[in-house]
Amino acid sequence: MLNSLGREIPEYMEGIGKLEPFQGALTKLSKGWMDEPTIPAPNKAYLPHQSKLCKTLEEAIIRSNPHNGMTVSFHHHLRNGDILLVQTLTILHNMGIRDITLASSSLNECHDPILPYLKDQTVTKIFSSGIRSELGRAIALGVLDTPVVIHSHGGRVRCIHTGKIQIDLAVIPASAADCEGNATGSHGKSAFGSIGYAVIDARYAKQVIVVTDNLVDFPCIPLSISQNFIDHVVLVDSIGDASKIATGTTRITNSPMDLRIAKLAADVIEHSGFFVPGFAFQVGAGGASLAVAKFIREKMKKKSLKGSFMLGGITSYCVDMLNEGLFETIFDVQSFDAVVSNSLLNNRHHIEIPAALYANPFNCGCITNKIDVVVLGALEIDVDFNVNVITGSEGKIRGASGGHSDTASGAKLTVVVCPSFRGRIPIIKKRVHTIVTPGETVHVLVTERGICVNPAFPELENNLRMAGLNIKEIHDLEIEVDKITGIPAPLEYTDKIVGLVEYRDGTIIDVIHQLKEKEIKI
Amino acid sequence: MLYIPGNNPAMIQQGGIYGADSILLDLEDAVALNQKDAARTLVRNMFKVTDFYDAEVCVRVNHLSTPFGLADLEEIVPLQPSAIRYPKTESPEEVIELLNIIERIEDRHNLPHNKMTLHAMIETAMGVQNVFNIASKFSRIDAITIGGQDLTADMNIIPTPDGIGIDFARKRIIMAAKASHIDVIDTVFPDVNDEEGLRRETEYAKRIGFTGKAVINPRQIDIVHEVYTPTEEEIRKAYRIVREFRMNSAAGIGVFAIDGKMIDAPIVARAEYLLRLANVTVD
Repeated sequence: MLNSLGREIPEYMEGIGKLEPFQGALTKLSKGWMDEPTIPAPNKAYLPHQSKLCKTLEEAIIRSNPHNGMTVSFHHHLRNGDILLVQTLTILHNMGIRDITLASSSLNECHDPILPYLKDQTVTKIFSSGIRSELGRAIALGVLDTPVVIHSHGGRVRCIHTGKIQIDLAVIPASAADCEGNATGSHGKSAFGSIGYAVIDARYAKQVIVVTDNLVDFPCIPLSISQNFIDHVVLVDSIGDASKIATGTTRITNSPMDLRIAKLAADVIEHSGFFVPGFAFQVGAGGASLAVAKFIREKMKKKSLKGSFMLGGITSYCVDMLNEGLFETIFDVQSFDAVVSNSLLNNRHHIEIPAALYANPFNCGCITNKIDVVVLGALEIDVDFNVNVITGSEGKIRGASGGHSDTASGAKLTVVVCPSFRGRIPIIKKRVHTIVTPGETVHVLVTERGICVNPAFPELENNLRMAGLNIKEIHDLEIEVDKITGIPAPLEYTDKIVGLVEYRDGTIIDVIHQLKEKEIKI
Repeated sequence: MLYIPGNNPAMIQQGGIYGADSILLDLEDAVALNQKDAARTLVRNMFKVTDFYDAEVCVRVNHLSTPFGLADLEEIVPLQPSAIRYPKTESPEEVIELLNIIERIEDRHNLPHNKMTLHAMIETAMGVQNVFNIASKFSRIDAITIGGQDLTADMNIIPTPDGIGIDFARKRIIMAAKASHIDVIDTVFPDVNDEEGLRRETEYAKRIGFTGKAVINPRQIDIVHEVYTPTEEEIRKAYRIVREFRMNSAAGIGVFAIDGKMIDAPIVARAEYLLRLANVTVD
């Protein structure tokens, strides 16, 4: 069957179940409720003064009823410094557990060591918002029989509510915790800031293990994760590589290209009609996206304009803007550097939020619904403004859906920033390899060679033209870039589906086909 | 004016996107000796196919006293960039020699002698001494520039942040340019991370009469533009001066006052210049 973007979607997928095609960004939400029933959270009871402490992670896992076919979940707040996902799966592998569903909120390069467990069927299914590196390569080449499911951050909460992901064991690293499992990421030697993605896991997993390298006296404050959901607590020497978890402050890029794109994006925002007192703002943490914050900061100061809140992945740059009084509040679901942890701990206007409040579409209003302006990156964008942030030009899975589609859906102005080509590869395509965010939720593309406005938003285009910005029709920019780079030969795929890209409402927006072996040259 | 090394294809390809008014493809100091031939070929080929958008494109060739200067001209003159920038110009005689060679090449390719212009770089004490004769005698020279790094080396002094060592040279070159009614462009600011330093130096350059400034990194362009772009208040004031001047002239009044300040011909001329910079016309 075809979805509304013309992508062929199977009606049923072995190992996943019946699939529903994407029909539009707000089609399902406009009903006012979710068709799928929600499952109840586990029913548990603990005796007074019963100890939750375990000597080792292995002991905690043994006490958690490990079994074949189980689903194990993790959060990715430790970023590329995480070591516990690999340790947990190694313990389960050594125990002979097979057919595991891995439900990590995202997967990074540090998780490459689990690749042998995919090959020997210790792990047979994966749900995640992002997959990279060797895992992404192997999955693109078909290492798993069942396709991975790529969800958004908000969509993951929905998956857990509906039982699409039924977590048997959640392993939650925390930089500080007490003996009852009250836990946080906001202080301790391995502080990583918000622990927002793990809150839903703690609430719904049949067994929950909090792992910390900083066992503090009861109670651990703040109660980012609270004890009434925690089964076991483990003290370990280290929850990860501190140098890769959170260090220093995030620096604005020095790349002239990124800065050029960022400046143009800031000009777009300034003249969009949404740069007004009380505006709500979200930017990404890297490259041109973060650099937009630098120029917006300057413009806000120049105009003495004060915003309402910043949302999402939070950097020290966001904290600086909060401290300067440019915004009233930060809602923090994920923190990107050490300074952010201090702010989260000490500033009551810097608020830790769970993923459900951040972006779950099926509740009485997530905060992404309140965004005025979001700035997002892209691996590719097509002439219909559909965005790919998951598969690279070489066909590998190498990115993350993350909050991309969640924030684009909610924002009044979604600005996608990216160079018009990377290396010799054009970024603007007739058709992206994989759609993650539908074009109907993308308002503007900003590249170094021009700004393209989605024709569905003529008033915005008029505002930007009146401001004298360099507006180009996206087809013209595509042709201009193709003249520089040439058009790459298409990749070759098999009929096997190795990935399902789920839109935030649970419908399937695209599939990823198995790449033919010859396409991978690295 | 953005300097781009002539041996860097990626930077040449992206040269036009940063909003510089002009781009200088450099075959001289930015290119190592063993890269000279490759850079010349690269610049020649990329000049033909690259879209630099609204920027005018100049090429800095090597001096004719080097083994590369003549070969540079043979390759670059037929392309007819907006201008050829000639380094270490020291005397009118050098310019005559240069123009003779350029015109011979143009004749061989059936090209006019009045399309491509010359920028003379003043980078030695001798050049500073002769700058008026260089700037004023050749119709093809439409800009002179100061090369601060080479000049301090030639003077055996250490460059300092306040630029005191080349201050006399700067002002002498400016006067030569103003007397010749041509543009004069300030030297580069080498510390790309010192935004405040760049702003200070550019503001100074503007105050003493430079019409523009060279930059070595795209990140420096916006600051130079910010300094040189007239403010809204300046434009409004200039607009009012020119408008009232025209009204008074029509009524036969030569000198008049705005807000109690006398307005005469030099003030009107300055206002008209500012409006030209801002691309504003008075109805």
